[in-house]
Amino acid sequence: METRSRKNLNKENDNKRVFVTVGTTKFDKLIQTICKPATLKCLQMLGYSEVLLQIGSGEVIPTDNRPAIKLDYYRYKSSIKEDIESADLIISHAGAGSCLEVLGAKKKLLVVINDELMNNHQLELAYQLYKDKHLYYCTCLNLTETLEDADFTCLEEFQPGKPELFVDHIDKMMGFV
Amino acid sequence: MSLVLIATILGSIIAVVGILCIVFLLFDKSVANVPSKRTKSASLLAVLGSGGHTKEILCLLEHLGSHYQPRYYVLANNDKMSEEKINQMESDKHYKISIHKIPRSREVSQSWITTVISTIYAIFYSIPLVLSIKPEIILCNGPGTCIPICLVGMLLKVAYPVKIVYVESICRVETLSLSGKILYHFADSLIVQWPQLVTKYPKAKYLGRVV
Repeated sequence: METRSRKNLNKENDNKRVFVTVGTTKFDKLIQTICKPATLKCLQMLGYSEVLLQIGSGEVIPTDNRPAIKLDYYRYKSSIKEDIESADLIISHAGAGSCLEVLGAKKKLLVVINDELMNNHQLELAYQLYKDKHLYYCTCLNLTETLEDADFTCLEEFQPGKPELFVDHIDKMMGFV
Repeated sequence: MSLVLIATILGSIIAVVGILCIVFLLFDKSVANVPSKRTKSASLLAVLGSGGHTKEILCLLEHLGSHYQPRYYVLANNDKMSEEKINQMESDKHYKISIHKIPRSREVSQSWITTVISTIYAIFYSIPLVLSIKPEIILCNGPGTCIPICLVGMLLKVAYPVKIVYVESICRVETLSLSGKILYHFADSLIVQWPQLVTKYPKAKYLGRVV
């Protein structure tokens, strides 16, 4: 069923998957950019052979125009956990929930900023996580360049939060300790 | 002009609420102080926001010990997801819990003037609820739904040792949310999750990332 180019079959990691997620809204420009032949070619060169897109309420429907890459999509799922876990790279909108879920699963994350949404405070978190070397970020315009240049091995693992510090604080405040 | 009107309305609301609280507490004998080293469990009221906010606060509540009981969960009346999640989380714990719903004080993109009106409505709705529960600790992390509850909680403070704790969302890196900014002045403890917020808001407490 899958037709892969011979060149790709010879690559070391030729079965890698990309998961693209836009969260609960829509981000048509991202879906459009991913489906451009140039982007798919770039992903193929990097060894990805499957792209799964979660498109939310978007109007752009991904079309399969590059046989070497298997393209699939859906709108929403109650949990995207499994799709994150089975992917090798996640390309996500800047939503805090998505960023934290991906980093929590210790996956490679590229955040694409929606420059049509200004003053979005969610960008604060994505930018901070970039500064702390947990992810890369770009806009739709430089997505392929970023994919080509990003060295995910340079990133640092995101450590889970420590609710026990909060519990200690509250216990002290309430006189339990 | 409209600002003056809003200020007057808010001022009179706070006055009325204050009088109601004092009257209520005068007729109530169960006023107690927090002992220096307590063994008795503390009643807890948690305000659940929606989406990411709910996720964060449930993560914290899950780690609080069984000495925080009974637990009263307050959520906006149009929030179905949070109720499901509470039941999921509490199903294996067998804590004493109850769920209470209040009107939402602000929908996303609601205008300011209608926000004031719906907040006033939510405050009046919250008065009997908070005064009858008399929680020892009120825990919230935004968004708007927690404001009416905390306002009533502040007035309850006049005669009852309730602690108000606000945990700012991890999404807030550079500035506090509107709820955070309001409660910065009134909460007993305002916890932030990024160190740079403490330089801007010195009364805030940074413990590290807690969710």
